[in-house]
Amino acid sequence: MIGAKALSALVVLSFAASGASAETLRIAAASDLKFAMDEIVADFRQDHPDDAIDVIYGSSGNFHTQIQQGAPYDMYFAADIEYPRALVKAGFAASNVRPYATGRIVLWSAQLDASELTLADLPGLDVVKIAIANPAHAPYGKRAEEAMRATQVWDQIQRKLVFGENIAQTAQFVQSGNAQIGVIALSLALSPELAATGSYYLVPEALHEPLEQGFIITKRAASKALAAEFAEYMSSANVRTIMRRYGFVLPGEEQRTSAIESDVVGQ
Amino acid sequence: MLSDNDLIAIRLTVELALTTTVVLLVLGTPLAWWLARSRVWWKRPIAAIVALPIVLPPTVIGFYLLVALGPNGPIGKLTETLGVGLLPFTFSGLVVASVFYSMPFVVQPLQSGFEAIGDSPLEAAATLGAGPVDRFFSVGLPLARPALIAAAILGFAHTIGEFGVVLMIGGSIPGETRVVSVQIYDHVQAFEYAEAHWLAAGLLVFSFAVLLALYALNPSTLKKT
Repeated sequence: MIGAKALSALVVLSFAASGASAETLRIAAASDLKFAMDEIVADFRQDHPDDAIDVIYGSSGNFHTQIQQGAPYDMYFAADIEYPRALVKAGFAASNVRPYATGRIVLWSAQLDASELTLADLPGLDVVKIAIANPAHAPYGKRAEEAMRATQVWDQIQRKLVFGENIAQTAQFVQSGNAQIGVIALSLALSPELAATGSYYLVPEALHEPLEQGFIITKRAASKALAAEFAEYMSSANVRTIMRRYGFVLPGEEQRTSAIESDVVGQ
Repeated sequence: MLSDNDLIAIRLTVELALTTTVVLLVLGTPLAWWLARSRVWWKRPIAAIVALPIVLPPTVIGFYLLVALGPNGPIGKLTETLGVGLLPFTFSGLVVASVFYSMPFVVQPLQSGFEAIGDSPLEAAATLGAGPVDRFFSVGLPLARPALIAAAILGFAHTIGEFGVVLMIGGSIPGETRVVSVQIYDHVQAFEYAEAHWLAAGLLVFSFAVLLALYALNPSTLKKT
């Protein structure tokens, strides 16, 4: 199945991997960043063609634990700023916590017209499964639970809930139709893959604690120039444009709730 | 079809499975020989420990390995003192985990193979003046050759199929711990279904071929199971 071209690519890669001149940056990122961060890294790499940047997406809570266990990540982008704050306190960071965005949650479905629904409609829906991220360790799951409790639907829908290991898996549960509806990150709902296949309702932010997100450079990357450069790049105009496009609210900027909600009507 | 990252994952997985198989054959062969020949009562608890990964959820193995190999665990402290550093989230860590996880798949076929030899060929060799080590190398091993091949194939294939333990102690680092099974998981979560299909179908064909080879090499396994 692997062609000659692929094999030669393999050989080239194995040489590239042993090259010493280029730096490698390993970023652990909350999975709500999946599509935004891919774009950011692609842009960043245009000025750093020789450096390798690996982004590992997962649940913020799991990364928090893994970094304490010695996981070799150079930077950590969490969907809940409390996780990097705790790491700074515990001495695992080489930088202060830098806030980079505030996330939003949405009700998303590939089968129902979610733009016509609110959380209060959930108990009355004829659905078998409702997906949220695991509130135990995924910030988007925690906020989903808070919003569901605030709308007083939590108890009624609890037996229908399925829990994704992180917000991307949660979105995958709904996108594949195995859960008919779910609460996911706005940044994922706005990704090309999901925007084309479903509709969403933006959950009012008054219903939950803010999804304030922050990143740190970890202790092991203290002297890594590339990490400092990438941290600097995160506040560039280019990155801000990308982040805004994925529905993130940036530090020091107003919420654009009304603008985003008027977009929903068009879906 | 296959991206650079997929190829890196494939290469890494093959490296992991090969390393694990070699380590397991070196460690597992004497262990299986002892389990097959010894008559002491406490070989039963040892055999049970070897077989544990067959029934234990990978999360149990992953959790204890993470704790034991971590900075506060006994093995973690040892490896740090020895200057090796910490094993979780490294290739070496995956080898350690895989050796434990795939152990029964190598030891058990070998043990059955050694047991099937019976006492008489070894007693005959002893009469001819062969010592215990000589008997193992010139009688035991050659007679158990089909079992050796089966053990190697099963150990290799089972390591390729590992997922839960790797997810817990690997950290999905490209070229280091992101094996094919984890790469498929990441593809699915990124909605990259086409990419997931290529790897998943590849593993399906591979696994089928492995089992087919196993039954072709050793038809008796069909009768036993």
